[in-house]
Parts: sequence; C-alpha cells; structure tokens
Amino acid sequence: MKFKVNNEEVFASTGGRPFDKNKPLIIFIHGSGLTHMCWVLQTRYFAFHGYSVLALDLPGHGLSGGKSLTSVEKMADWINDVIDAVGFNQASLVGHSQGCLVAVECASRYPNKIQTLSLMGGAGAIPMNPELLALAENSDPKAVDLMMDFAHGPSGHFGGHPVPGLYHLNTGSMLVQSKEIKDTLGVDFRACENYSNGFEAAKKLDLPTLSILADKDRMCRLKDGQKLADHIKGSEVHVIKNCGHMMLLEEADQTLAILKKFILDKYPIT
Amino acid sequence: MDPKTYKFDTLSLHAGYQPDKNNGSRQVPIYQTTSYLFDDVDHAAALFNLERGGHIYSRISNPTVGVLEERVAALEGGTAAIATSSGMAAIFLAIMTLCESGDHIVASSQVYGGTANLLRLTLPKFGINTTFVKPRDTEGFQKAIQKNTKCIFGELLGNPGNELMNMPEVADIAHNAGIPLMIDSTYQTPYLCKPFDFGADIVVHSLTKWMAGHGSSMAGIIVEGGKFNWMQNDKFPSLTKEYEGYHGLSFAEEFGPVAFTMKARAEGMRDFGPCLSPQNAWNVMQGIETLSVRMEKHCANAEKMVEYLLAHESVAWVSHPSAPDHPDYELAKKILPKGRGSMIAFGIKGGKEAGTAFINNVKLASHLANVGDTRTLVIHPASATHSQMDEATLKFAGLSQDMIRLSVGIEDIDDIKNDFEDGFRAAKKPKLVANK
Repeated sequence: MKFKVNNEEVFASTGGRPFDKNKPLIIFIHGSGLTHMCWVLQTRYFAFHGYSVLALDLPGHGLSGGKSLTSVEKMADWINDVIDAVGFNQASLVGHSQGCLVAVECASRYPNKIQTLSLMGGAGAIPMNPELLALAENSDPKAVDLMMDFAHGPSGHFGGHPVPGLYHLNTGSMLVQSKEIKDTLGVDFRACENYSNGFEAAKKLDLPTLSILADKDRMCRLKDGQKLADHIKGSEVHVIKNCGHMMLLEEADQTLAILKKFILDKYPIT
Repeated sequence: MDPKTYKFDTLSLHAGYQPDKNNGSRQVPIYQTTSYLFDDVDHAAALFNLERGGHIYSRISNPTVGVLEERVAALEGGTAAIATSSGMAAIFLAIMTLCESGDHIVASSQVYGGTANLLRLTLPKFGINTTFVKPRDTEGFQKAIQKNTKCIFGELLGNPGNELMNMPEVADIAHNAGIPLMIDSTYQTPYLCKPFDFGADIVVHSLTKWMAGHGSSMAGIIVEGGKFNWMQNDKFPSLTKEYEGYHGLSFAEEFGPVAFTMKARAEGMRDFGPCLSPQNAWNVMQGIETLSVRMEKHCANAEKMVEYLLAHESVAWVSHPSAPDHPDYELAKKILPKGRGSMIAFGIKGGKEAGTAFINNVKLASHLANVGDTRTLVIHPASATHSQMDEATLKFAGLSQDMIRLSVGIEDIDDIKNDFEDGFRAAKKPKLVANK
C-alpha cells in the first residue's frame, strides 16, 4: 500500500492482505540497498495469520519516493513517523542487517512504542570495507557483485532457493540495481559506516528481543551478532547453520519458524 | 578485490543443487512424484497462499525440475526460470503470461516454423495478433509497434536463414515503447550469448536442442532478466493490478524482479499445465554439464563446414555469420564472440530436386526435424519444418526451395565432409526418365 510520511510517498507491502488497524502491527525493515521484496517469505505468513504487516521500502528505495536517509538515526526516527502515519501507537520491529541497526536505534529512542525486536544478521556496528564503500558511492556495479558474494552462503552461491525456479544471486542483484546504486546502496553503506551508537542503544533496551544469526555470515559475522545480543538484556539467540547473511531467503523456512515462535509468544494476537 | 562467485563452467555442473540437503546424493535425485506431503493444514494453506516456498503438485513445480530452472537462470544471468514440456510450450506460456485478448505482438519473420504457426494462425483465434518484420529491418520493428503491442519477439539468429537481429537496437526500441524484448535463444545457448547483456528482458529456449544436446528429451524454459519495470505504464494490468486468483495479489509489487516467473507459474502452470517431467529435466541437466565443451566443438566444426561448403562446386550459396561476406559478420562478432553457432543454411545447385537427392543420399547426417543434436542433422525446410507456409510467406521468412538446413554435429569433421561428398555426387547425377 502507499501512504504519506513527512509529505513523501511511502510504499509498503502488506503481505497480501488488506492493512487492518485492528490487528497488531509488525514492521519489517530491509537492509542496505534492498527493498520490501526480500521479506516476502516472512511477511505473507504473518499477514495471513492475524497481524497487520508493513514491509517498508525505505525512502528512495524500491517503490517509495523521496531520497535515501543519510543516517541510521534518521531512519530510526522515520520508522517512528511511519507508526504514527498509519495510526498505531505501538509496533513490533523486524530488521535485517542495516535494518537491525535501525530497529535497535528506534527501540532505544521510542521505548514505549516498540514492543518486540527481531534482528536477523545484525551487529552493533557495521563498518564498511573502504573499497566496497567507494564502489557503491560511485555506482559501480562491482559493488553489487561483491555484496552478493559476501551476503550469500552456500544456498545462495550454489542455489536451492526455497521458491522453485528463483536464483538467489541474480534476484538480489536486480533488487539492489532497481535504483541508482549510489543513491541507495552508496547512501546506506555510508550510513552504516558512520553509525557508532549501536551498543549504547542496545544497552538501553528492555523488551523481548530475538537475534537470528548465521554461522556462514560474512557481512555481519556470527561473533558480531552475538556481541550485539550480549548487550541486550535477555536477548534470545538462534544460530542457523550452513547459512549466509541472507538467511531470510537462503533459509526462509527456518527463519520463519523461529520468528513465528517468538512473535506468537511475545507479541500475541489479543 | 573481486567477487568470488562461481563462473559459467562451474555453474553448469553445480547451480541449483546442494548434495547435503539431499541425503548426500552427488547427482541430482529424480523426484518421480506427483505430489508432496503437507506438514499440517497450516503448511498446506501457506503453500497455496504463496506465504512460503515449496512444492505442492508436480504440474506447478518439482524439485528435480527446480534444479534445472535455477541452473539455467544462473547460466543466463536471470533472476528466475520456469521449465516447460517443450520449447513451444515455453513460448506459449510466456506469451499468455504477457498478453490478453486484443493484444498485439511484433515478431521477427524468421522464426522456427512452429513459432510462426503459433503467431500467425493459432494466437489470432485467442484475439492476439502479430505483425512480422524481417530480422534485419530494425526500423521496421519500430514502425510495427501499436498501442496494444505487448512485446517484441525474435530469434537472435533466424531459423533457418541465419539472419541476425540487431538485439541491442531492437531492445532500445522495445524499451522506448515500454514493452519487453523476448528472445528465443535456442540457437545460441547461454554459452554463446546471454541476451540479457544485450537488452533482452525474457529469454526462451527449446532445451531439447543444444542445451540437452543429445537428441533424447523434449524440454523448454522461460528465463526472466529481472530488469523490466512492469509498473512503468498500464500495459500489463495482469502483472500490476490486484489478481483475484491470489487474494488481490499484485505480482509486480510483491515479487518485483521475479514477478513474471511467479505469474507464469502461479497462473500459467496452474491453468495450462505444460509441465516438464522430472526425468526429462534430469536428462537435460546431463547435457548442460558438458555444454561448454560441446558448443566449442559444434562451433569449430561449423566453421570448417562453412569453409568446405563455400569452396564446393555444387553449392550455390552459404549463410552463416562466421563467413566474412555474411551481411551480419561484424554484428555477430560483437554479439557472439565465442562462436556463431552450428546452424548453417546453404543452397544446392539444381534447386529442390538436387536438394532432395542430397538429403536422400547422405548416410552419416540424419534427415530429421530437429537441430542441436550431437549428431549432424539435415533437412529441407520448405518441404518439412516450414511446409505450412505458402510461397509468399516462405519468401518473407527468408526461405527458398534450394535451401538445406544443416545442424553441424560433433563427429569427426572429415567424416561429415565425406558424407556430404556422397550427397553432392548423388545430387549431380542425371535423373533417369523412362523412354516414351
């Protein structure tokens, strides 16, 4: 669906069901350069099982208007604005990669609004390789190729997509290249590079938090994800084996099963 | 710093499959099953609602076929693929995913006879009409586009005349009109050309030919490039608007770079059912494992045969883009740098009668209606593959009565030449006529 936030048009997938203000809200926040489409194997389940779902395209990304936001802090405030714009006063957040930085920052800034956090492939900081950052800021397609390489584990590189016929690497590549690389991936990578408040924000949190990590993650390594979880009181951690950074697609069924159990328990439909 | 993603020859062998998820089976297992157990009612509902990936019924998808689909998508540089029971099924499914009654297609006039019949005779019965344009007439493609045109379709190297479409320029024409370019790349395989690199949006193959390569199994495939923006205009409402069949789903919004494939499967396979058998998918994958090796030999043999035919006294003309005097020689070097394929069209002196004698007297070359076998194949198109065309249509499609279509195999080149010598000798013999 499309709606306005700060006078800019925003697109969010509602998971194939009409958006319903009477159902608990789950917001999905994508990673650097990506769009709502990376969440399709999680969002539709929750939309068909009693939740209102918004898988957002961040400003300047996918089908949303405006320009990409230049800092994690601005993205966190924007998520708060989204919750207001759709008429809710609380929501659960699910983030992937950069989306985890945004979710943690948002929950620390707006503790009364955010009910649960689910972090996939997260870390407290995501410092960028300088060469990769430069390539992305110059719209060099090699940045996307390198990102696809680093972001995928065995399932991505060999194949074996949960949806028959889909090929991970090229689908991811096309998602990132749906807009000018420097305007999305370049801005996002720079925002990740500049963000330094992750662990401080994490220490402030007091809400049910789930971390789903992968042992073959080369973008946000397992130990970095564990370190973030260690800074969050009572954080629940699950590690998916033989999987890379794109666990939400590479091991979509496992990811969904863990997420379902956590959300149904900690953020039940009332 | 360079990406360490796998390259073509490795993908030919490995893409789409992980042994450790299949009981350690090194080869891709053949899932000879119609259907798949649901864990519970919720799991069944999730699969039917496209909430999660997986298999329901082998008409829609099958794990063995799925490996083939991913493998071809990987080799073509596509986002997704959907395999079909034949190449014609792939073309039909692709068109029916794009078009509705009242729509229009612009197509190259030099296409496989079956494709020509589908476009010229069968699709008009469903309200879908086609304007044909000669493959080298790039401006003609522009002129033929109407308000209701939904795609440009062509074979890169036309069957059987070997006229080359200027794919980058035709792609620009299509994109300026807000429509996709669909290329039948059967003759090239992704080893010789990846049409997505030259602007194509959808690629179809008859996998029966060089991809499978051994003349054993029928199969086809549609591959999606993932770049085309279906939402840029209102030409494709069945992809962009709410679809009643899946609770108001918009394929383009929900699936973006794989929207076309998702619709082709969710609607087309569901409703038309031109599915590929897992055994044939497996057979095709056996061929794909050696695609690079075979294509190199096919092309090398083809170039030697071009030289041989050009120098032969019984040959009136030869069409193959490796020949320096071929009108598309320079363009072919750019689009097909690894080789110009193994299809040769040539004219035999003495016309149809000599052609008939030639074909009836070669022994090693097989006379049959196929191309892209490991074995050398010959046919007289005007009396076989394109026989449903009248004289004017034949001429517009670039065919002539003296034309022989040759699909060069990977036998020893000397044996192919010797066999052809027998054919040419027989073609020159005077025909016996009974005394009156």
